[in-house]
Amino acid sequence: MSDSATLHTPLHALHVELGARMGPFAGYDMPIQFASGILAEHLHTRTRAGLFDVSHMGQAQLVGPNHATVAAALERLCPADFLDLAPGRQRYSQLLNAEGGIVDDLMVARPPGADGQLNLVVNASRKAVDFALLESGLPTSVRLTRLDRLALIALQGPTAIAVLERLEPNGGLAAMAFMSAQRVPFGRFTAFVSRSGYTGEDGFEISLPADEVEAFARRLLADPDVAPIGLGARDSLRLEAGLCLYGHELDETIDPIEAGLAWSIQKRRRLEGGFPGAARIQAALAEGPARKRVGLKPDGRAPARDGAEIVNASGVEIGRVSSGGFGPSVAGPIAMGYVVRSAAAPGTPVSLMARGKPLAARVAPLPFHPHAYHRG
Amino acid sequence: MTETRYTKDHEYVRVEGDVAVVGISNHAQEALGDVVFVELPALGAKLAKGDGAAVVESVKAASDVFAPVSGEVVEVNKDVDAQPGLINEDATGRGWIFKIKLVDAGELASLLSEADYAAFLKTIA
Repeated sequence: MSDSATLHTPLHALHVELGARMGPFAGYDMPIQFASGILAEHLHTRTRAGLFDVSHMGQAQLVGPNHATVAAALERLCPADFLDLAPGRQRYSQLLNAEGGIVDDLMVARPPGADGQLNLVVNASRKAVDFALLESGLPTSVRLTRLDRLALIALQGPTAIAVLERLEPNGGLAAMAFMSAQRVPFGRFTAFVSRSGYTGEDGFEISLPADEVEAFARRLLADPDVAPIGLGARDSLRLEAGLCLYGHELDETIDPIEAGLAWSIQKRRRLEGGFPGAARIQAALAEGPARKRVGLKPDGRAPARDGAEIVNASGVEIGRVSSGGFGPSVAGPIAMGYVVRSAAAPGTPVSLMARGKPLAARVAPLPFHPHAYHRG
Repeated sequence: MTETRYTKDHEYVRVEGDVAVVGISNHAQEALGDVVFVELPALGAKLAKGDGAAVVESVKAASDVFAPVSGEVVEVNKDVDAQPGLINEDATGRGWIFKIKLVDAGELASLLSEADYAAFLKTIA
């Protein structure tokens, strides 16, 4: 059901041609699943290579006189160390509000060979908020440019590298390590490619001109290893991988320490602060957060869904499920949620309320499915 | 003789004597996607028409199955408990969910015939 207010990515017509079931997501008409269904798409991505359209996400570039100036500007809004980000490397971080709550999570890459540029990828649902925050928070010497003429696709799975090497044997792709980023020529155009993704698998995110993406997607889909994957499987893949989704695990009331993202705040920033909400975040680092994001594994086969209350053995509410569903690779129900710190240890028995009935569950370590990143 | 009738909530009822076989329509299984769990009603449960009787969970969402007619649950399909995907493969056959002993055959008249259900699906497409 699309209407005039619904946005389309440059691959919309291809999704429809491929028989996708389309649905609304963050203002876009997006493929939820293709003919083979979410289970098959999920398992295909874990064993071969899945092609995702993530062109709805927000791409932008920060440009300034030199790296130190641009990095310092972004460090005033995010808690990661960008000064230390080497050319050709990418980091995961968060835009924070004054209380240290998460306005959005984002990827930040430093393109090699250009001094004073950082490439950003933010969530579709948060583009407007993020870009307004960035524009108001940047010094005059650093400019934000939205890259609305670029598409973004992800090729994820153990054979993603082989597929791309068949297409572009001289692109230097095999030598890329997880979270590296560089320009790669693909014949008529040059793409900006990072070895990253949001499935827990090895894979690549490829930023390329919007008017080239359909032809490129067709070339990828012509490889027998590649299948198109919808947002349904993207969600089950990231949930199994224990990765946060904005609006579920992350929002403006949750800080990065509660969210289990302390690893994304490097040592210098922890010591120096200088980002929004630094006092709260430094206190949470020192004393431990009041609540924590955890994995939850129901004992039975019934899944718990987002928003379900989490109760302890005495029936007292100790948190809420933030994402819940079925893990096709785990072959059972899985969830993530926030619980009080005293109940956050793996193995802690809890109950998840599903339609008024308690489902017995245990706090479980994350991820549910081991990451298979290419560490190089 | 058997006759299949439908609700606007996409349950079907196949009447076999004084027992009705209940499941979700082929349209419903397609809309739900891969079914991964079915919560069956308790054997012997006495249901009034419209009561929540079962829950079908797909990868994405949970969906209630309401009793299309009143009666007592006399059999549940253990096969869909073990293999929820049967509902996708054969919703109106091996993917049935439970059987209910009718208390008022007159309730069937309020349900949609096969042709009426097909027409109803066109109005919501």
